[in-house]
Amino acid sequence: MESISIEGTTKTPEVKLNPENGVIEIKGRSIPENSIEFYRPIIEWLDEYAKNPNKKTTVNVQLEYFNTSSSKCILDIFKKLETLKKARNEVVINWYYEEDDEDMLESGEDYESIIRVPFKMIEIVD
Amino acid sequence: MHFDIDQYYSRMNSGEVILAYKGSISSELITNVLEVIDAKLEDLIIRKSIKKKLYNVLVESLQNLYHHIDDLPDSTNGKFDVHFGIFVITKEGERYKVSTGNFIRNDKIQPLQDRLERVMSMSKEELKNLYKQILNNQDFTKKGGVGLGLIDMAKRTDGQLDYQFREYNEDYSFFNLDIYV
Repeated sequence: MESISIEGTTKTPEVKLNPENGVIEIKGRSIPENSIEFYRPIIEWLDEYAKNPNKKTTVNVQLEYFNTSSSKCILDIFKKLETLKKARNEVVINWYYEEDDEDMLESGEDYESIIRVPFKMIEIVD
Repeated sequence: MHFDIDQYYSRMNSGEVILAYKGSISSELITNVLEVIDAKLEDLIIRKSIKKKLYNVLVESLQNLYHHIDDLPDSTNGKFDVHFGIFVITKEGERYKVSTGNFIRNDKIQPLQDRLERVMSMSKEELKNLYKQILNNQDFTKKGGVGLGLIDMAKRTDGQLDYQFREYNEDYSFFNLDIYV
């Protein structure tokens, strides 16, 4: 299975999906008007990955901004990971937020309470 | 007598204006505005958390505009650009105000007003729960949204929203939304 690497833009995040080491990274801004198109290949990749996953999957989400349109797609990603975990795979989710950014911390907590996979909340200090 | 948009726009454009725009609201415009404003806020605002809140509110309000503007029919539309909208960012004392304006069909006023009143009357905890409930249960609408924009803005600003509908003609009104950060 192929790895995916998408460069970040002012409206979409940098994405790295690596099946070899099971590391998934989403970083930057996610504020496109229509997020479905952007996230579709990522969701499809996860479906494929779930068929033969690494023993351990590590997810690093480090977003500076995301809009409500993206919030739905991000939840879809987390739901795929929840399924992966239910199938007895190890899944670690690291949710990064900048010092003082309580809204972003709260968003992480909201996701955590919906999908029932524990998040590691990591504060980035300048 | 039509409600006078130009007069209204110049009234909005008073005080300490950070950015003001009147015209067609396109995806490219939003991209450009967000880039410009990002740099501008970097200079203006010292507290990063306020800057982020304001930026988030801007993204949602501009994208709400983009998704929900009603165009006037051609017969009356000669005066306005396609997908016409207004937005102004001003500083009022310690607060920032984001104002948006767009045409809306009169038959859509009541449902929107009901939504606004509901969201504005909710506590932070209620907004948070509603947000999660919609996020988890709703699918994308035809417009590519999820119906969370207003709730998100209210949640981030503790419900500091204000709105007005001004009748333009028998079919359309002008909708103005103010969000205070």
